[in-house]
Amino acid sequence: MPPARKRRIRLVVALSAAVLLAGALVYTSLLSSNQAVTPSDLRSAKAGASYQLTGKVVAGSVRNTSSGVDFKVRDREGPTAVPVTYSGAVPDPFREGREVIVTVRKEGATFVGERDSLVTKCPSKFTEDATQRS
Amino acid sequence: MATVGRALLILALVVALYGVAASIYGAVRGRDEWIASGRRSVYAIAALVTGAFAILEIAFLRSDFSFATVASHSSTTTPTFYKGAAAWSSQEGSLLLWLWLLSLWSSLVLFATRNQLRRVAPYATAVLLGFAAFFAALLVFKETPFELRAVAPAEGNGLNPLLRHPSMMIHPPMLYSGYTLFTIPFAFAVGALITRQVGAADWIRATRRFALGAWLFLGIGILLGARWSYAELGWGGYWAWDPVENASLLPWLTGTAFIHSIMIQEKRGMLKIWNVSLILATGVLAILGTFLVRSGILDSIHAFGASTLGIPFVTLIGVLIAASIGLVVLRRSELRSENRLDSLLSREAIFLLNNLVLVAMAFVVFWGTFWPLIAEALTGTRRALGPPWFDKYTVPLAIVLVLLSGIGPVIAWRKATASNARRNFLLPAVAALALGAVLAAMGAAERPLALAMFVCGAFVVVSVGQEFWRGVGVRRAMTGENPLAALRSLVARNRRRYGGYLVHVGMALLFVGVAASTAFNDARDVRLAPGQSVRSGDYTFTYRQATSRISTRDGELEKISFGAVVDVSRDGRHVTTMRPERGYYPSRDVTGLGPVGRFFEGEATSEIGLDAGLRRDIWTAMTPDIRRLLPTIEQGDRVFAAAAGKLPAQLEGQALGAALKGIVDKYLSDRPQATFRVISSPLVTWIWIGSIVVFLGGLIALWPGPDAARRRVSARYAARVAEDLGRA
Repeated sequence: MPPARKRRIRLVVALSAAVLLAGALVYTSLLSSNQAVTPSDLRSAKAGASYQLTGKVVAGSVRNTSSGVDFKVRDREGPTAVPVTYSGAVPDPFREGREVIVTVRKEGATFVGERDSLVTKCPSKFTEDATQRS
Repeated sequence: MATVGRALLILALVVALYGVAASIYGAVRGRDEWIASGRRSVYAIAALVTGAFAILEIAFLRSDFSFATVASHSSTTTPTFYKGAAAWSSQEGSLLLWLWLLSLWSSLVLFATRNQLRRVAPYATAVLLGFAAFFAALLVFKETPFELRAVAPAEGNGLNPLLRHPSMMIHPPMLYSGYTLFTIPFAFAVGALITRQVGAADWIRATRRFALGAWLFLGIGILLGARWSYAELGWGGYWAWDPVENASLLPWLTGTAFIHSIMIQEKRGMLKIWNVSLILATGVLAILGTFLVRSGILDSIHAFGASTLGIPFVTLIGVLIAASIGLVVLRRSELRSENRLDSLLSREAIFLLNNLVLVAMAFVVFWGTFWPLIAEALTGTRRALGPPWFDKYTVPLAIVLVLLSGIGPVIAWRKATASNARRNFLLPAVAALALGAVLAAMGAAERPLALAMFVCGAFVVVSVGQEFWRGVGVRRAMTGENPLAALRSLVARNRRRYGGYLVHVGMALLFVGVAASTAFNDARDVRLAPGQSVRSGDYTFTYRQATSRISTRDGELEKISFGAVVDVSRDGRHVTTMRPERGYYPSRDVTGLGPVGRFFEGEATSEIGLDAGLRRDIWTAMTPDIRRLLPTIEQGDRVFAAAAGKLPAQLEGQALGAALKGIVDKYLSDRPQATFRVISSPLVTWIWIGSIVVFLGGLIALWPGPDAARRRVSARYAARVAEDLGRA
């Protein structure tokens, strides 16, 4: 086979593989990803669907339960809040007023957190003043 | 002192801008004195920023709360060891650290190449000074570490207790060293493209040690972060696919590809366009990694709070990408390969495949990290991907990568013959498959991907071990040295090669540890009362009794800890006793908090219980249930609020101490329940052992070689080595 043709075939194979990989990435990304939402967005949440919820833990809302912790998450800017039930250990930086990210699923009137999905922003970079904390 | 620090930064900015202009003017006009002046600007910036950094560090060590950043990130009760590290826990301090490291590494490379690359170096100097000017401008105009408070508070907020870990001292400087060191080959690649000096001798040989150093430092930084994460409850094990973690992995992946593919350019004059593209991408990704942690554009555990740095960083990244693409397109004719790939069964082909896998991994990680933004652009809805999606792609790619790291070092250049392949791969393949069969029979077949990783890891270890064995054998035959001396001189004579081999072994061990601990770990979250047990894997964890203690530092209460004594047994036999606990630090912000309650409303940190071993780790953390203490705490708040101002301060302090002691004792007498996370996980230790092997291999590869005279080997010796290794 002439070298030029060989190179062309290799290029076509490589490009085809790249296109296939890119297609798989887009498809599985759409299929596997959770909608990133704020508490306000969850007013129209569908039962059983998963969402990645971001917001601040409402002051005075944290209750330890027999399996973990119940708390409310509110919008970064605004009072709209939703109740979250979370089972298991919470991260050390978890506190009222802290910004959290948690994957939740709607069950009845509450949102159930997925195990190990609760993250609290690293306090090393929490430079806001104490007076700004809610 | 703050004024001096600010003045030093302003001077650094001015000198950087002057240096850019001087370097470019000198290069364009061929004026050596201007080129030298540009280079000396880098040294001057290193001195100025060292001064500024020293002032900031001294302010932290002296707890000078007139500095706003010191008041926000340190306190008199912060241990001295961590006061130094607190400097880079802030946005402004970390930017200053970045600039300081950049100036030091830039000075080192420009000093080392002062008599080389006379055409390329001035442009590289201008690029490095451009980065320095950018960061100096941020520190002067946006985030100054030398802002003063009108009235210095008596006490600072303190370094967050979670950050009081030895890794805080090393992890950020290592990451930043990696990022800043990657700007050096980036800058020289730009210089090479501008001056059309794109041969390996022109820029790759001068900067490859810095690229390797960048790769090593960034790798150590990433692994230290993983280890730190492992020791902190809720930080996602050792890897969580968090955007900021991913951002540090991206330049490391492309940098790994680069340090492999430049060997092909050095040996065969191939992949020039690929190499410059890789290092330009790596440089941009290093800046992107620096930016991502401060941008807030992606939700991350590690992201800084509100930041005003988005526009400057996006502008810089945009300029870097546009300039990189433009330069590669303009110089494409000079970047043509001098040779073609002779065979797919050759070291060049395996290295190329290794590069494609690494770049594919980088692309997958990039895609998953930025998917929230991509999805928002495509669908109008922000969406996020979790760890299972990342695992789906990266695990198979990692298996292929490990396999290639066993093939690449031993396959022949140009074209491997059947006898060469048989000689090099028969033993490793048989050994790896035999191990795979044994492990499958023991139950590992339930996790086929993990089993595949074990087989590939074994292949790498045997393949590289065989290379060392043969090399030592040849040396012994030639010199009559004892095995240890032969091994030492073998490695000393070709540090880059044998250091690289060790790195491959380390990576194989590391990936085997990751595969085993991910596929076969057993984690349980459970609530227990004293006397109750839970089983994880082969181990039974029994919550024997509660513990509590008050810790003081310099006469002040530092934290109140509630913990547990946990007995671990296997088949009825005692294995170990662990004492996990959770420490509650008093809140510095007393607004709305009672005098007693504030001691339970501050930061809380978990001290994990860990019994690490070569075969398995047993890990536990606990969260005490302090709900029963709340009425007592509230009562204490009421009592002390009512007595406020009525008691002498000393008496009030004593009473408060007694009250806290009473609360701590009450916790014990209540036989409290607690929530435990218990994990039994195999081979985790091999991740850290593999990391140490990688580190040692990297150091060997980086270490300066012996004198040229010592490195010269006789033609006869070389011929015999080649013959013995089957590469003639």
